[in-house]
Amino acid sequence: MRFLKFDNSKAGWALQILVVLASPLSGASAGPPGDPSTSTSIFRPASTPADSILGLSLFVFAITGTIFLIVAGLLIYSAVKFRRRRNDDGREPAQIYGSNQLELAWTVIPVLIVVVLFLTAARVIHAIQDARKPANATEVTVVGHQFWWEYRYSQFDFVTANELHVPVSDPKDPSPTFLTLLSADTDHSFWVPRLAGKTDLIPNHPNTTWIDPHEAGLYLGQCAQYCGTQHAKMLLRVYVQTRADFDSWVKAQQQSSPVNAQMDQEAAEGKRIFEGTACINCHAVRGTVANGRFGPDLTHLMSRDTIAAGAVPNTPANLRLWIQTPDAIKPGSLMPAMNLSDEDFDRLAAYLLTLH
Amino acid sequence: MSTVAVEVTPTLPEVHYLNADYGWRSWLFTTDHKRIAWLYLFAITGFFAVGGLMATLMRLNLVEPQGALMEPASYNKLFTAHGLIMIFFFLAPSIPTVLGNFLIPIMIGARDVAFPKLNLLSWYIFMLAGSVFMLAVIRGGVDTGWTLYTPLSTTYANGHVLSAAVGIFISGFSSILTGLNFMVTIHKMRAPGMTWFRLPLFIWSLYATSVIFVLAMPVIAITLALIALERVFHVGIFDPALGGDPILFQHLFWFFGHPEVYILILPSMGVISELVAAGCRKRVFGYSFVAFSSVAIAAISFMVWGLHMFLTGQSVYAGFVFSALSFAVAIPSAIKVFNWTATMHKASVSYDAPMLYAIGFIGLFTIGGLTGLFLASLGTDVHLHDTYFVVAHFHYVMVGGAIMGYLGGLHLWWPKMTGKLYPEAWARFACLLVFAGFNLTFGPQFILGYLGMPRRYAVYPPEFQVLNVMSSAGASILAVGYFIPLVYFTWSAFKGPVAGPNPWGAKGLEWTIPSPPPTNNFDVTPIVTQEAYAYGHEEAHVG
Repeated sequence: MRFLKFDNSKAGWALQILVVLASPLSGASAGPPGDPSTSTSIFRPASTPADSILGLSLFVFAITGTIFLIVAGLLIYSAVKFRRRRNDDGREPAQIYGSNQLELAWTVIPVLIVVVLFLTAARVIHAIQDARKPANATEVTVVGHQFWWEYRYSQFDFVTANELHVPVSDPKDPSPTFLTLLSADTDHSFWVPRLAGKTDLIPNHPNTTWIDPHEAGLYLGQCAQYCGTQHAKMLLRVYVQTRADFDSWVKAQQQSSPVNAQMDQEAAEGKRIFEGTACINCHAVRGTVANGRFGPDLTHLMSRDTIAAGAVPNTPANLRLWIQTPDAIKPGSLMPAMNLSDEDFDRLAAYLLTLH
Repeated sequence: MSTVAVEVTPTLPEVHYLNADYGWRSWLFTTDHKRIAWLYLFAITGFFAVGGLMATLMRLNLVEPQGALMEPASYNKLFTAHGLIMIFFFLAPSIPTVLGNFLIPIMIGARDVAFPKLNLLSWYIFMLAGSVFMLAVIRGGVDTGWTLYTPLSTTYANGHVLSAAVGIFISGFSSILTGLNFMVTIHKMRAPGMTWFRLPLFIWSLYATSVIFVLAMPVIAITLALIALERVFHVGIFDPALGGDPILFQHLFWFFGHPEVYILILPSMGVISELVAAGCRKRVFGYSFVAFSSVAIAAISFMVWGLHMFLTGQSVYAGFVFSALSFAVAIPSAIKVFNWTATMHKASVSYDAPMLYAIGFIGLFTIGGLTGLFLASLGTDVHLHDTYFVVAHFHYVMVGGAIMGYLGGLHLWWPKMTGKLYPEAWARFACLLVFAGFNLTFGPQFILGYLGMPRRYAVYPPEFQVLNVMSSAGASILAVGYFIPLVYFTWSAFKGPVAGPNPWGAKGLEWTIPSPPPTNNFDVTPIVTQEAYAYGHEEAHVG
């Protein structure tokens, strides 16, 4: 059964062809403007589950492709070779009622083919889904919300949102990240194609999945189970960091938010507005009275590259637009437009800009 | 049009079912299965136009990554309505209620279906269901996706979920009654000598479809009733916040949903057997294998629902069982494809429109079926689930398969239904347009899905634009391809040349009676002495 063991370096030629075929169509290297990130293409897998999915895909493609060529070939051959000629006299061709041998052949052969496909696919999925969690695994709880992601790092005692940071995993000494998937409202699905297949987040049904990214970098994904109006802007960003970078990121996230003495007059005013309005019903800033859990945790808002679940870059202008008119960025999101004066929006934005 | 040599110009019979009676009462209160077929034809053509228009708007919106036309909320409502209309109000009724109603009694040598009044009642229930559903769409629509997953549909969606659910609930009764009617008709109304193994394969496939109608439709009706209970009275069935289980909904929905897929494709497979036999002037190769594969598909279809739930965290071993069963359902489908192709071998293959549709069907259905193997296979499904790959796959089966079969069938039996011929050159041209437009629309979607574009996305990353534009371009060609037959069929009904009873030189009881048939189909009950597709014999088999 050696051939069932997928080694993508062996399947390299096929991979090369497919990537070359696919790249002009997908603009494989072009990410969103202003973003150095890469595409979501499975043809550049970066984690064990994605690797085995790609290997299996090529195997299934080879088999189904061969079947298609044979069937289509016979179909076209029959349609052309035995076409009704112009001088057709309306006579009926010789009648053939069937052949039990042929029927047997084209029943048994497909059965054998699907048995091989089934066993191969089952083997792959078993290896992924029944993988044991090693002691050095990083654990993160992912909570899907209408239309954003909450990440709870219970091991390190902090919560963040929308940008998942995980350590890189050396294939020779794997240190995978195990994700527990929960939902706060309706079904969602966690999918970062270059890292792993999808797993649904279903309320009251904790699921798990795992990734072991081999290379540092940013990996993009998206919610894959339709969840409502802004389903399409519920983007996933996974930052894979070297162990040292990851550790210092964790340390920074564990810090509390700045106190009033550390900010200027305008920001302190903004903090007062933040804590005096509906903001705190949904948002938390650790170390302050704000402890809402309905929306993203903002303690280290400014450490993120994007806002609104990856919808736009996290710039001061976007931030102010987002709190003033969320519909301009993500119509139908559950973030309400606050009824404040222009000066108050400036102050609020100034405060948020201090949340490093 | 290449037909058997006809020496005398055929003329229309003096009295037939179309001119036997005039006035709106004679249509709206008819119990003639042939007229009821026309009532359905008009109704579903309307629904097809609405559903198609929605698809066109969706494809136009997707020309731009940020959405060219509308807000995400509107887009979400469009794809929901498109799916529900096409599945419940066009595809499911299409072949059974139009071609089935018209042909089942004639093909088995009967004067009507077993319960003619019930048949008319089915149409009224269908129209009531369609009106209730369209009212929900017009009043603001539903944005849950056609799958109505909970708790999104029961708790979080704001749209008119309830009235849409009521519409679909009612339509189920129409399907159940039609299914029952057909089953009883096929059991009890066959002419003397019309044994089960002399039935045309179209009848076999509609029998299998009727069984699914009767068994699967109650399940969706119950599920929709439960949604209504939860939405209106907050009885906790699916929403965990109320003490329910969201996975339960998925089990119930797909226990109906997967057999439903075969409700859509089985009748089309039956039509293809007829088209291939008529187009090749040859008995269908391996008749009994094709017949039993329909039954096998119907049976296995009830056991594969878990393949839609591979991502829900179901046990990996449950996944194995459902994966194996899903692979199993591919076998009878493959057997059909092989037998059709074998029928064409050493035949006299016509290139008339019906046969072109049949050849197109076999090719496209093969692609639809083979890509299904990617989804039955656990390891690739976790990548492809809920992406455009799935959208492409089921459109290859539903549009490339079911609709090609429906159109092919309409072309083959149009001369029987109207007594008129349609312009063959236009028909071939339209068929080629449909084939080309279809492949350009849905071919790129396989690649989109593989590269990572999820379905149901109102906006998408810019790197997917090229493929989306290709797909939208294809959709516009497809729309033209569907529009042309509407024009020439309308023309043909009024001005087309007279067809005569058997313009194709085909075999089968329907070709032995005048076109259009008299109201009571057969003046004398036929006595059947030969198998179906008795090509190669001198005379047809009417006693």
